[in-house]
Amino acid sequence: MLRALQLEPAKCTGCQQCELACSYENEGVFNPSKSRIKVFTFHHEGRFAPYTCTQCDEAWCMHACPVEAITLNTATGAKEVSDVDCVGCKVCTIACPFGTVNYNHDTGKVMKCDLCGGDPWCAKACPTGAITYVDVDNAGFERMRAWAQQSPQGPATYNAPRPKDVATYTRTN
Amino acid sequence: MAWTGNVLRVNLTTGEISTEALNQQWAQEYLGQRGLATKYLYEEIDPKIDALSPDNKLIMVTGPLTGTMASTGGRYSVVTKSPLTGAVACSNSGGFIGAELKMAGWDMIIFEGRAPRPVYLHIENERAELLPADDLWGKSVWDTDEELHRRYQDPLLRISCVGRAAEQGNLYAGVINDLHRAAGRSGVGTVMASKHLKAVACRGTKGVGNLKDPMRFLQAAEQAKKVLADSAVTGQGLPQYGTQVLMNVINEIGALPTHNMQEVQFEGASKISGEAMHEPRPTDHQPNLTTNAACFGCTIACGRISTMDKGHFTIENKPQYWGASGGLEYEAAWALGTDTGVDDLETLTYANYLCNEDGFDPITFGSTVAAAMELYETGVITDEDTGGIELKFGSARALAQCAELTAKGEGFGKILGLGSKRLCEKYRHPELSMTVKGQEFPAYDPRGIQGMGLAYATSNRGACHLRGYTVASEVLGIPEKTDPLVTDGKPELVKAFQDATAAVDSSGLCVFTTFAWTLEDIAPQLDAACEGDWTADKLLEVGERIWNLERDFNLRAGLTGKDDTLPKRLRKDAAKTGPAKGMVNELDKMLPHYYEIRGWTPQGELTDDTRRRLGL
Repeated sequence: MLRALQLEPAKCTGCQQCELACSYENEGVFNPSKSRIKVFTFHHEGRFAPYTCTQCDEAWCMHACPVEAITLNTATGAKEVSDVDCVGCKVCTIACPFGTVNYNHDTGKVMKCDLCGGDPWCAKACPTGAITYVDVDNAGFERMRAWAQQSPQGPATYNAPRPKDVATYTRTN
Repeated sequence: MAWTGNVLRVNLTTGEISTEALNQQWAQEYLGQRGLATKYLYEEIDPKIDALSPDNKLIMVTGPLTGTMASTGGRYSVVTKSPLTGAVACSNSGGFIGAELKMAGWDMIIFEGRAPRPVYLHIENERAELLPADDLWGKSVWDTDEELHRRYQDPLLRISCVGRAAEQGNLYAGVINDLHRAAGRSGVGTVMASKHLKAVACRGTKGVGNLKDPMRFLQAAEQAKKVLADSAVTGQGLPQYGTQVLMNVINEIGALPTHNMQEVQFEGASKISGEAMHEPRPTDHQPNLTTNAACFGCTIACGRISTMDKGHFTIENKPQYWGASGGLEYEAAWALGTDTGVDDLETLTYANYLCNEDGFDPITFGSTVAAAMELYETGVITDEDTGGIELKFGSARALAQCAELTAKGEGFGKILGLGSKRLCEKYRHPELSMTVKGQEFPAYDPRGIQGMGLAYATSNRGACHLRGYTVASEVLGIPEKTDPLVTDGKPELVKAFQDATAAVDSSGLCVFTTFAWTLEDIAPQLDAACEGDWTADKLLEVGERIWNLERDFNLRAGLTGKDDTLPKRLRKDAAKTGPAKGMVNELDKMLPHYYEIRGWTPQGELTDDTRRRLGL
């Protein structure tokens, strides 16, 4: 079964645990500015929206890359950046319609979500279940977009941490 | 290491900015944040100085777990000498700027002197620059925040700043960060404004790493998050109702101070409770609460984001208040509402917005209004004094007017901005100020919760619930239930809470975790992150050292054991209703034994033995 990250903004509290987990797995530091997943805060609406690469099938970034540094991982469906091949031209950051490929000025390479090789840390770290790793056929991206655009007023929501099993983190990068 | 090892020192008088290495020995002895900054303050200033003189220093400080993946690891503190109390001040805040300072590579920033003209500090990683703030001076917190974000075109810039209240000399002004999180108490914002420092704007992209044993840390943090998620308080009550979960609970046990602490129960409590914030309003069929929200790294998410009724009389012509913003927490709802007798949720939300927008402490403000209301109702204060405000208990309009004037430091708001001690002295009724060491009480009446009386009286920053929250034990049964109406065992309980809290406040974590965590949950996280051996016992020892250092600062500043007291009202006037009916706070039965177990003299001074034992 191919799986995808399912993002549900209505469950997000804006805590950034996902960004901390992502940056630690990928960079070895807690650093939201180097995270492949971002939480956007809509202050005046009182809403939070986590956002990352959707792993497009016909990935704009992959097609746009002039040096074929972005390749498909057939096991996970992730489009992965090879730091060896990337020349930092940033064309992929322009090609991506969602802005989920970003340049890292410390390395001179671009960075994007690689699904942590099939065990995404962001989903494990999310306390409320706003980020889950599910059957790709059920990932509700359109619902997220609709939600993010909806009228700010509505019934009060609150998101409590889910009673949880203790996750194990294993670094792959 | 968890600490970055870097201290930024900013001399505002000369404009000189320098960097220095963190004193690692002090880090081992005082951990970080509250403890470590207090040590720096203790060593660097004479405690007798005028808090608003250039001789005072102001320290913004993170903890070793700030910026890590530990739940709630985003805290920072502002430490200085308080202009409200003359004692040491340490105000703790969440939001996001604490982690941002750490991500930029700094454990703490020490501000010295006074800038000749208003300035703000812009930090981008190792680059720190003082810039003119003449155009920001006179602006509210919210306008300053908006302008700095516009200027740098960076939505992730994190900002701490002071509002107009601080500029106008309000003695309980806070430092507000991320629009509505506050280092709120004891006037730390007043000190910042006295230094002509308007704001600190920070962007850090270096991250926090270099932990002692990162994989062990991740597992310890993960185990601890499970404890938070599984707890009824941190896993359910706080996310759903915020701290406002307490309003009805504390009212029922007869410990909800009402009408300037004349009563211990409020008939309007349920109307302004956490539950009420979920109820659709009759006017626009929307609830006051929009959502809960987390500070950096927090898996509890107790924060309230509210949206007011656009037709409410306070904001009907003010669209700037129509969007979602920081809503009521229990302390604010209590002080602005219960203590003043105002039971209109929308007005309290409005007053709370103004406290955030212009940076003043809603606890002290609400309590000061309550004291003024009592003086008004007894005829001591007249319409002439108030500028025509009909300052009666229960008047929502009066509360809104007072908040508007206090935000700008105008009219009667200038007097309200002095706090209740100075206000009551001005009108020759000092006994009506509900304060310890000049700082107002929070939302727990010590007649109905005896241990809190001792905690208030001995708190190093004046009356405060966060210096020893024995409510946890006496009311909620955490970690074990004690009887709130008895004094037996309370000195030991208060000391244990005070020491443990001092350690938690020095770690970078939020004290609200202790609704579920003990030091046994915190120590493994610190031990995996920080150099040294960090056990629960060591944390208690560090906490006790911090407590005594703060005490020593205060004694050197001129405070004495005589300041460890409560207003006569709480010691002589019995509670009129509820489970504590007929009771006063019996501080005298607790204080001598407390001094004894602290290792202090009967006058409340540190003995040589105690100093030696704690390495002071």
